[in-house]
Amino acid sequence: MTDLLYSEEEEALRAAVRDLLTDHCGPAGVIARMESDEPHDLALWKSLAEGMGLAGLLVPEERGGQGATHREAAVVLEELGRAVAPVPYLTSAVVATEALLACAGEEAAGLLADLASGRRIGALAVGLHTAPGGAFRAVRVEGGRLHGETAGIADAAVADVLLVPAEDGGLYAVGADAVTVTPRVSLDLTRPVATIVLEGAPGRRLGDAEPAVRRALRAGAGLLASEQLGLAERSLTETVNYLKERRQFNRPVGGFQALKHRLAQLWLQTVNLRAAARSAADALARGEDADVAVAVAQAYAAPVAVHAAEEALQLHGGIGMTWEHPAHLRLKRAKADSLAYGTAGAHREELAALVDLQAP
Amino acid sequence: MTDSPVDAAGLRRRTRDLLAAHPPATTDRPDFLRARFDAGLAWVHYPEGLGGLGAPRSLQAVVDAELEAAGAPDNDPRRIGIGLGMVAPTILRHGTEEQKRRHLRPLWTGEEVWCQLFSEPGAGSDLAALGTRAVRDGDHWVVDGQKVWTSSAHLARWAILIARTDPGVPKHQGITYFLCDMTDPGVEVRPLRQITGEAEFNEVFLTGVRIPDSHRLGGIGDGWRVARTTLMNERVSIGGMRLPREGGMIGPVARTWRERPELRTHDLHQRLLKLWVEAEVARLTGERLRQQLVAGQPGPEGSGMKLAFARLNQEISGLEVELLGEEGLLYDDWRMRRPELVDFTGRDAGYRYLRSKGNSIEGGTSEVLLNIVAERVLGLPAEPRTDKDVAWKDLAK
Repeated sequence: MTDLLYSEEEEALRAAVRDLLTDHCGPAGVIARMESDEPHDLALWKSLAEGMGLAGLLVPEERGGQGATHREAAVVLEELGRAVAPVPYLTSAVVATEALLACAGEEAAGLLADLASGRRIGALAVGLHTAPGGAFRAVRVEGGRLHGETAGIADAAVADVLLVPAEDGGLYAVGADAVTVTPRVSLDLTRPVATIVLEGAPGRRLGDAEPAVRRALRAGAGLLASEQLGLAERSLTETVNYLKERRQFNRPVGGFQALKHRLAQLWLQTVNLRAAARSAADALARGEDADVAVAVAQAYAAPVAVHAAEEALQLHGGIGMTWEHPAHLRLKRAKADSLAYGTAGAHREELAALVDLQAP
Repeated sequence: MTDSPVDAAGLRRRTRDLLAAHPPATTDRPDFLRARFDAGLAWVHYPEGLGGLGAPRSLQAVVDAELEAAGAPDNDPRRIGIGLGMVAPTILRHGTEEQKRRHLRPLWTGEEVWCQLFSEPGAGSDLAALGTRAVRDGDHWVVDGQKVWTSSAHLARWAILIARTDPGVPKHQGITYFLCDMTDPGVEVRPLRQITGEAEFNEVFLTGVRIPDSHRLGGIGDGWRVARTTLMNERVSIGGMRLPREGGMIGPVARTWRERPELRTHDLHQRLLKLWVEAEVARLTGERLRQQLVAGQPGPEGSGMKLAFARLNQEISGLEVELLGEEGLLYDDWRMRRPELVDFTGRDAGYRYLRSKGNSIEGGTSEVLLNIVAERVLGLPAEPRTDKDVAWKDLAK
């Protein structure tokens, strides 16, 4: 049966991740890093992946991982979302890892162990905006060499290995040093996207692309809801705290009923989002009803996270509009997340088929 | 009794003993229910002698399963929801031993139906401003006033009543809580017809109603504190149902969508999918809340459930009327009736649309509930209270 709560172990994991992020991922540091040559925080990544072993949560112990489940990974993502942490956790430890879990063979097994240990970072070369059931681009393959271009690849700039779907139906592992990765100026600078050009890059076939990509995107979409939950909750908390302090018209702004009602509504939405996100994580962990649970969570999560970040900006007034205030970190992440792994609308369309509510 | 009654095995044995002594097939329903109460199997978490055994509440399911399997009659809890959900916990917490012994048994068996005389025409969201007066006359109180939105008043033998006993102090302090005999000649019940055409509720006029002081629940002037127990239990009973997917208002409209493709439009499709998702998420939230309660970690999430269901019921039923097209112009029956049971998803789409309008008003308006969430959950400043230190009689009416 669905378990929508957090276990004691999950709460302990949350506390440990939050401690690390409180010490090493403050908003001022993230903002300063965003425009530097290294927008990703690889030192933080090392602490999370190698120090705490969190990159291998989804990988069984006998394959080099921690043998945990999507439930624990979801808790990590809640905390990373709260901090808008610039680390490739969702892209490497969830999406690329899930793609590899779908592939048999030694090639995939070796890579999987590398990703699980945090020694290497992987990225699935499928556009971040792609829904689990959506079409994705495949590159040409000639004599084991790959040719083509693929765009919108999140965290590609720090990936050591790319997992590339090819026209022959295979998923190929390609070293990042064998391709040209061109970072694009991204809406969300904490999870930037890049274009990848392959000009005869050598690739090793891992398995069939279709099932691997579908599985990876579904897990990505499902666990993204937990990142969106963390982000929405932090937006709400920061805004409530600010409105208790901020005074205009000789009273705390948070005492005006129009604003109280907006914040109460937002709270209700985050409470709902928590249930939806836990349901998706639990369904992925149990492998039961996961298609519906993930589609429900993603159809609900993105509008809530965006709404929370937008309300935070508006209710902070002028200060929220400044570059130095962290409200825009969450707004940009929330808006980019609303496209990631399919929009809410794409997931509703998916549901129409899944629960037999067909279009006219 | 040698076996310990408070574990599951003990309860199962006790239930089987009850069934053996009073076989449901040959026992009258009221006799069986009285025997069940006396065996402590009515509500096992209640004290011994009052229908329970002081057992954990979660063990009630053990008893219920045994009884259901044996085809035993139940006390028709939907018919006596006010008594079970609100009156009983209040009497248990604030009543005298005599009041508990007199009232809980017939309340539970359904032999005495209860209603709630709280709201007044001039005291809705601001319930504590109520103006029904109770004046002391020897060992009696004489009550005059008008109550409204009273379900089951025309069926009830008893009522819980709050009335003003001291107009000279601020509004919350001058209220006293009574158990009112509905057969008193000063009680007049009139049906209150609502927008659906039927009358689920009543107006109750109280004229010189005499209540013995022994029917007072709690201290004189302490009625607001007692009433809070009742009101807290009202909100608990509104949010706590367990539903399967498509179990609520979304069920009928989803079925219509599947069965009648000729009604489908693109606009309705988009709106239906959005509402389906919201209904499913609200269901999951309710399930999560239930799991929190079972795990002994109640959170503030319950305050939100009623808000969510009110809005969803209204939007979904509104969509359903549109989906029906030509049939959406019709209504099943406007005739005045007095239903004993209310089923929000019963009858047709037009009824559901109109009845659900009440969901954001009854049991606390959505606007007041949003204030409560903002103040008690988020800790935002309270609304300005100009009436806090003013005697009730000096408030603007």
